[in-house]
Amino acid sequence: MDFVASLTIFVLAIFVGFEIITKVPPTLHTPLMSGSNAISGITIVGAIIATGLSIHEGLDAVTVMGYSLTNILGFLAVVFATINVVGGFMVTHRMLEMFKRKD
Amino acid sequence: MPENITNIAYLIAAVLFIYGLIGLTHPRTAVRGNLLGGMGMLIAVVVTLLRSGLDYELIIAGFVIGGLIGAVLAIKIEMTAMPQLVAVFNGFGGGASVLVAGAELYKEGLTGGDPGLQALIAIALSGIIGAITFWGSLVAYAKLQGVVVPDQPVRYPGEQVVKVLLLLASIVCAVMVVQDPGAMNMYWYLVIIGSVLGVLLVVAIGGADMPVVIALLNSYSGLAAAATGFVLSNNVLIIAGSLVGASGLILTNIMCKAMNRSLANVLFGGFGAIQETASADDVYGGKVKSTSPEELAMLMETASRVVVVPGYGMAVAQAQHAVRELYNLLEARGINVEFAIHPVAGRMPGHMNVLLAEADIPYDKLIEMDDINPTMQQVDIAIVLGANDVVNPIARTDNSPISGMPIIDVDKAKTVIVVKRSLSPGFAGIPNPLFAADNALMLFGDGKKVMQETVNAIKEA
Repeated sequence: MDFVASLTIFVLAIFVGFEIITKVPPTLHTPLMSGSNAISGITIVGAIIATGLSIHEGLDAVTVMGYSLTNILGFLAVVFATINVVGGFMVTHRMLEMFKRKD
Repeated sequence: MPENITNIAYLIAAVLFIYGLIGLTHPRTAVRGNLLGGMGMLIAVVVTLLRSGLDYELIIAGFVIGGLIGAVLAIKIEMTAMPQLVAVFNGFGGGASVLVAGAELYKEGLTGGDPGLQALIAIALSGIIGAITFWGSLVAYAKLQGVVVPDQPVRYPGEQVVKVLLLLASIVCAVMVVQDPGAMNMYWYLVIIGSVLGVLLVVAIGGADMPVVIALLNSYSGLAAAATGFVLSNNVLIIAGSLVGASGLILTNIMCKAMNRSLANVLFGGFGAIQETASADDVYGGKVKSTSPEELAMLMETASRVVVVPGYGMAVAQAQHAVRELYNLLEARGINVEFAIHPVAGRMPGHMNVLLAEADIPYDKLIEMDDINPTMQQVDIAIVLGANDVVNPIARTDNSPISGMPIIDVDKAKTVIVVKRSLSPGFAGIPNPLFAADNALMLFGDGKKVMQETVNAIKEA
């Protein structure tokens, strides 16, 4: 995909973000941070591919137990991003439930 | 799975993220919004796993380890420690970007592929932003948790020069990564310099400025994800990353405005530009009156409107549940009780709201500063609980370190009760004339204990 198309999407998404987030009330700012943080765990998509692809077959690459450096870096990224995604959505849910309940 | 279908699934995920954030614009729809966001993430992960040629063993191991750690953190964390947790999560997001960009660079080097200029610049950006986010967040965590690094700003001569030199060095490394993608070492040098920069940036910032720092790191974690999206030419990463980046920037801006300081001032300046303020003795000398929980209970008997102004001290004392008891008791007697929330009260945006929500205070009782200030004259009793700088009337004068900072006008209430351990200054390091005001009474002691004693005194009366 060409760079200008990516850049267009990037800029438009920032505008969408600004429009929505300015409407979030201050009382929900903490869940907003933890929830948006879980969304930034989307890096997990790149991490999965890096972990699972055997790109080194037939090439002169350093491997550990059959895994290349790309796989190992990807694995660490999967761990980090999964903590972010699972922990982020769960803790946000926990907080929002407290805001929902009324007397 | 055909690439078109994968990309359409990614588009659906991106739309769900946007719907999820829209849900967060109201407490009633927020739970559903968060679930929609989670569903978007699930779709993105599943279609990625369905790509052909993936070896699942290591991926599943990563899911299990990360999932367990994330779930335990999310379930076990105390609400008072939420700023620390968000700091750590920001850091992990940045760390993941560093690793994915590194993995991609290594892959291209190995297979002799040419990633192209766009991807290489994006790899360098992912590395540097991700490293700053990861280490900056860990230092923010340590400051909030009170381990290893002091809460106070760590400052030294020439610190700005050091940071500028590091920034220049990182740019040199970035250029070298772009010119010779095969030299993997250069990428790691870039990451190391970014790491040092992240540590130095955040150690220089004091505890009470953490709301700004956490919001900024939140933004960085999003921008790092967006940069990784440019590396992989993946739209869902670009969209999700830029949404988070925008969100963090807005929060950063709100926090800076609430302190009447620029972002540059928070990051590089700090308080203390104007040191010549009145000494504590001049301000307080013989004018401070103190009171007791019993006296406060008596005052409550004739009150019809009470406003509580919480600050970080409430979180430290874990006083939110005791406050809830007081709230129940007063509301049962027909007294209107509200909570006035300053945007930078606590250690992260919305920190006080979460603590009070945990204690079952309905969210419509949490009033924003701008909404409550015009009605402050009609308040019978304002209780300042562990807040200091955000109620300091000296902010209305010139020549003080906090001049121009918007404050909650508690001094306009008929009676002000300040619950505090001592007359020690807040983060800005200046005395608070409110404590010596004619209508102010100091109630010295631990926030939780004082609240409980007041509740008991009201019950006995």
